Amino acid sequence: MNAGIQSLYLARTELMQLKQELDQDAAQEFSGTASPPPAVSKTGTAVRLHGLEKAYQGRAILKSLHLEIDAGEFVVVIGRSGCGKSTLLRLIAGLEQADAGTLEFSAADPAIRVMFQDSRLLPWKSVLDNVALGLDGQTRLAQQALANVALADRAREWPAVLSGGQRQRVALARALVHEPALLLLDEPLGALDALTRIEMQTLIEDLWQERGFTAVLVTHDVQEAIALADRMILIEDGQITLDQRVHLPRPRQRGHAEFAALEDKILARILNRPARAPDADLGDLSLLKTVNQVTWAI
Amino acid sequence: MGTLTRDFHHPPQTAATADVAPAAASARLLRQWTWLRQHLLPWLVPLLLLSSWQLASQTGWLSSRILPEPWAVARAFWSLSVSGELFLHAKTSLWRATSGFLIGGGLGLLLGLLTGTFRVAETLLDTTLQMIRNIPALALIPLVILWFGIDESAKLFLVSVGVFFPVYLNTFHGIRSVDAGLIEMARSYGLSGWSLYRDVILPGALPSILVGVRFALGLVWVLLIVAETISAQAGIGYMTMNAREFLQTDVVLVGILLYALLGKLADVLSRRLETHWLRWHPSYQSRSKR
Repeated sequence: MNAGIQSLYLARTELMQLKQELDQDAAQEFSGTASPPPAVSKTGTAVRLHGLEKAYQGRAILKSLHLEIDAGEFVVVIGRSGCGKSTLLRLIAGLEQADAGTLEFSAADPAIRVMFQDSRLLPWKSVLDNVALGLDGQTRLAQQALANVALADRAREWPAVLSGGQRQRVALARALVHEPALLLLDEPLGALDALTRIEMQTLIEDLWQERGFTAVLVTHDVQEAIALADRMILIEDGQITLDQRVHLPRPRQRGHAEFAALEDKILARILNRPARAPDADLGDLSLLKTVNQVTWAI
Repeated sequence: MGTLTRDFHHPPQTAATADVAPAAASARLLRQWTWLRQHLLPWLVPLLLLSSWQLASQTGWLSSRILPEPWAVARAFWSLSVSGELFLHAKTSLWRATSGFLIGGGLGLLLGLLTGTFRVAETLLDTTLQMIRNIPALALIPLVILWFGIDESAKLFLVSVGVFFPVYLNTFHGIRSVDAGLIEMARSYGLSGWSLYRDVILPGALPSILVGVRFALGLVWVLLIVAETISAQAGIGYMTMNAREFLQTDVVLVGILLYALLGKLADVLSRRLETHWLRWHPSYQSRSKR
C-alpha cells in the first residue's frame, strides 16, 4: 500500500517535471526572437507545503493547503482580503506555527527574508545601519546593497526623512543583503503610488533575475501579479483554487494584448463572472480594467 | 480716481532707483527690530516687576520683613558667594540631588526593564510596586527619621524613593509600547537576545524613559527642599531654614532663587540628552533645524 503511494508520488513528480519542461519550451516559443531568458544562477530554495492548516480562535484560515514551489520560481499569491494569503506567507516565514501539516525546504536551513507592507525600518538607525542589521558590522556589503537600489547617497540619513517608496527600497536592500534563498514579500507595494509601484516592480524583477532566489509575493493587485509571476496562485476560502502559469516574456508590457486578456480572465475568475470575449476593436481596455479593479477592491 | 491716474503716469524706474538705498536700510532696521523683539521682549515683564518691587520697598510700602528689596537680595547673594558659604551649600545640595537621582532613577530603570521584559517579573513585582507608588514619599518622613536618623542617608532615601517611580513607570511603559512589528522584523532578520535588546527594544523605549527622567528631575528638587529641612548641617534647604530663624528674608530669597536656578539647569541638561539621543525622531529633527 505504502509503496503504491510512493510510486504514485514519483510518477506525479515526473509528470510535473515534464509539464514544466513543456512550459519552458512554450515560454521560449512565445518569446520568439526576443531577448533570451537571462542565465539564472539557481541559488533559491524549493518549498513544499503539505496539508498546511491554520486556525485563529476556531476559525479556519488555511484548510489543508498543498503547494510546491520550485527553486528560483516567482510565485504570486492573490486573493481577496482575509482569504489567508498573508497567513500563508507568515507560516512560510516561520513567523507563525502551523496547526497541522509540513513545511519543507530543499536547501538545508535556507536564509529566508521577509519584506513587509510597512517598511519596518528602525527609525533610530541611519539608512545604512538599517540595511546592515544583523550583518555583524559588514557595512561594505550594506553600502553595496544600497547602491543596488539606487540609494547610496542617502546612507547617512534617518528613515524618517525618506519617502514611502524610498523606505521600501531600503527594506528591499536590507532583505537582499543577506543573499536570501527565499524572499517573501507581504504586499510590500500596497501603500505606494501607482508610478512608484511600477518602478519597484521592475526593481524587484531585475534583482530577482540577477540573484535567482525563490520569491513569493502576496498581493491583491492582479496587474502586479501578472507583471511579476511565473505562477499565480489564487487562494479562496483557505484553499488554492487556481494555479496559473504566466508565460509572457519579461519585462512584461502592461499594454500587451495577452497581458490584458490574462488580467481580465483572472479578474473574472476572482469575481465569479464570465470573462469578456477578447475584443480587438475595443482598443484601449485599460479604463475598463481599472473600473473592474476598483469594484473588486471595494 | 485722480490718484490712480497719477500713479499710472508716474515713471516707475525713478521710483525704484530712488528707493533702493532706503529700502535696504529699512530692511536691516526691521531685522534688528525683530531680533530685539525676540530676545529682549520676554525680559520686559520680569524687569518691570523687579523695578516696581524695588520701588515699593524703597518707598517703605513693602516691609523688608515680608519681602526684602531686590538690591538687598543681590547683596546677600554677593556676600554669601564671597564667604564661600553659598558654594558649600549649593555643592551639598547638588551632591544629594545627583546621588539620590542616580540611586532612585537607576533602580527604577533596572526594575522597569525587568518587569517590562519578563512577564514573570511583572506579575511578581508590579502589584507591590503599584501599591508603594501611591504612598506619597513625604508621608514616609517620620518613619524615615526612625529608620535612618537625621543622617545623610535619610535624605538620600527620600529623594531616591520619590525619583524611583516616574522612571520605573515610564521605563515599563516604554518597553511595553515598542512596536511589535519592529521586534518581529528584527527576529526574522536574525536578531535575538542582547542584540535585539540593544538595537530595537532599548532605543524604542528611550523616548518614554526620557520622559520619566524629566519628571524625576523635576521631583528631585521638591523632595530635596523638604528633606533638607530635617535637621541638616549644610545644603540650600538648611541655609534657608537657618535664615528664617534669624528673619534674614534676603537669604531665604537667595535660597529660593538658587533652587530655581538648579532646577533650570537640570531641565536644560535633560533637554540636551533628549535632543542628542532622540535626534532620529522627526519632532527633534524639525527642532534642531529651526
